[in-house]
Amino acid sequence: MSSRTNISCLQEAARVAIFGGTHGNEMSGITLVNMWIQNSAEIERNGLLIKPFISNPRAVEKCSRYIDTDLNRAFTPENLSAPDVEGLPYEVQRAKEINRMFGPKGSADAYDVIFDLHNTTSNMGSTLILESSTDLFNLQMVHYIKKAMAPHTCSVLLNEHPQLKYSTTRSVAKHPVGLEVGPQPQGVLRSNVFESMRTILKHALDFIELFNSGVTFPPCTVDVFRVQERMDYPRDTNGNITAMVHPHLQDCDWEPLNRGDPMFLTFDGRTVLYEGANTVYPTFINEAAYYEKQQAFMTTGREILAANAIRKACK
Amino acid sequence: MKAVAMPTVSRVAVCGGTHGNELAGVYLVRERLKRRADGTEPVSVVTVMSNPRAVQLCVRYVETDLNRCFTRATLSAPVSETSPYEMIRSQELNALLGPKGSAQAVDLLCDLHNTTANTGLCLITYSDCDWICLHICKHLQREMASTPVRYVHFDIPLNEAYSLDSVGKHGFAMEIGPQPHSVVRSVIFSAMQEGVQLMMDWICQFNSGTLFEGGWVDVYTMVKNIDYPRDSETHVITAAVHPNLQDRDFCLLHPGDPMFLSFSGETLRYKGKEALYPFFINEGAYYEKGIALSLARKRRVEIPSVLVNKH
Repeated sequence: MSSRTNISCLQEAARVAIFGGTHGNEMSGITLVNMWIQNSAEIERNGLLIKPFISNPRAVEKCSRYIDTDLNRAFTPENLSAPDVEGLPYEVQRAKEINRMFGPKGSADAYDVIFDLHNTTSNMGSTLILESSTDLFNLQMVHYIKKAMAPHTCSVLLNEHPQLKYSTTRSVAKHPVGLEVGPQPQGVLRSNVFESMRTILKHALDFIELFNSGVTFPPCTVDVFRVQERMDYPRDTNGNITAMVHPHLQDCDWEPLNRGDPMFLTFDGRTVLYEGANTVYPTFINEAAYYEKQQAFMTTGREILAANAIRKACK
Repeated sequence: MKAVAMPTVSRVAVCGGTHGNELAGVYLVRERLKRRADGTEPVSVVTVMSNPRAVQLCVRYVETDLNRCFTRATLSAPVSETSPYEMIRSQELNALLGPKGSAQAVDLLCDLHNTTANTGLCLITYSDCDWICLHICKHLQREMASTPVRYVHFDIPLNEAYSLDSVGKHGFAMEIGPQPHSVVRSVIFSAMQEGVQLMMDWICQFNSGTLFEGGWVDVYTMVKNIDYPRDSETHVITAAVHPNLQDRDFCLLHPGDPMFLSFSGETLRYKGKEALYPFFINEGAYYEKGIALSLARKRRVEIPSVLVNKH
């Protein structure tokens, strides 16, 4: 067979879920999902089961990121197989329930796609987050979305890092996709951020509908930013931060950071420079929720991923 | 206007962390306490972390909003162990920095806040004729090159004034935005640091006998709050602040101007008859208070020259 006819045949994506409120203070996803639970007309597509779902209702009620522990780190094998006992943290109970409803994670019965809607205080714009560089369906979908959104930029963050990868709510599905749109403060709904997220989802669902209808998507490449390292704030012996993200780095997500560039500004006015040997592309710069996770920003490297042509497998 | 003689501003309080997730003030208070800044300045200053439990948890408040606990009624209500934490704390702060309305109260209380709204730096106070506060505002406006500085006035009598700054003989909240809650942005921190330093400089100069020339200050007086459009049954909000209004604090809003964009795509417009100045547009903590934005009237207030009265 010539490479022109090298098409990967993939299973139909029949069941799709849209999660909002994995973090109870990230308002775009919460608002969209609640709206679609009331009236799903906008998200309906031919031949597709689409379920909007509030993943952490107690955190949403309280308008806080989580109740006991971060739901978006809770989908570990240990947690998912923990016995049903009294005193389990709320989010661990919730993870098990979500795994029953939309999984089991890793099995043939799991949902085909889960979109997990997030906001960030970082100036990341519209970002799609992938967990695998070899998921052809997801690569073709983000390629489609990026083209449809142009000239509005959609960045793609790939977190395949063995230590920094985490057990996300969406990882229950065969094809997990994170949507991260910022900047937006926690507990705040900004119209432009809300509408961007809504538009990304529209294109995503259009892609799935087209795919399910038998359309062949030609080979493509996707520019991604691959997660490399987590950079913490300088801290004192009590663990308190002693510096802030430098004004030259603040809001410069996805822009190159080179050796010698300002990185932090201490409270007493001293500049701390980036000392890394290679150019990196920082992201999640000054995300509120990451102060407690010891992260001022993440470094990434640019990469181009290639994806085969895909088509729905014939039954 | 004739020059007015005013008493020395001998005792000053700088408070931060009144809301535990408004971090510029939290870090500024921590730095001042670390450096033992109090005692190194020519005026007597006390630096206070107002709500340490909320700061520890990085939340606005633990049980109830501390910055609504300073009315006469709340300050004089009986408290027990089961009272809300912030109510107990407000009475402690009143004992430390007040009592509100008495001769023992600190001369000036500066309470540090941040907002998610694009307000620049605002001095927020209950009086439009407090010459000390107005002169400090003028001084900051003159000296702060890159930050807009404005004077915001809530026309509420002292007994009903509910915020910490009402405890001092003179007082204001120094509110700086935009900054997300639970985040510290270096430009915001630097602006707050500069604002506090300039306030101290003014006080020292005033106390040493400098005559500050009168002039005028634009005062924004709060008129009303506007809530989000809500579903009549579920009370859930049905629109976001319109993109044309978002981040346009203190830009005049005319009747007919867009205010909200509903989730179904409809533009909802300002229906008032009078053009007013919006501020606190889309402050995160105000969703639960039913406030999408506040509206103010602006007027030019003439202020007299002031001079310290050392007698």
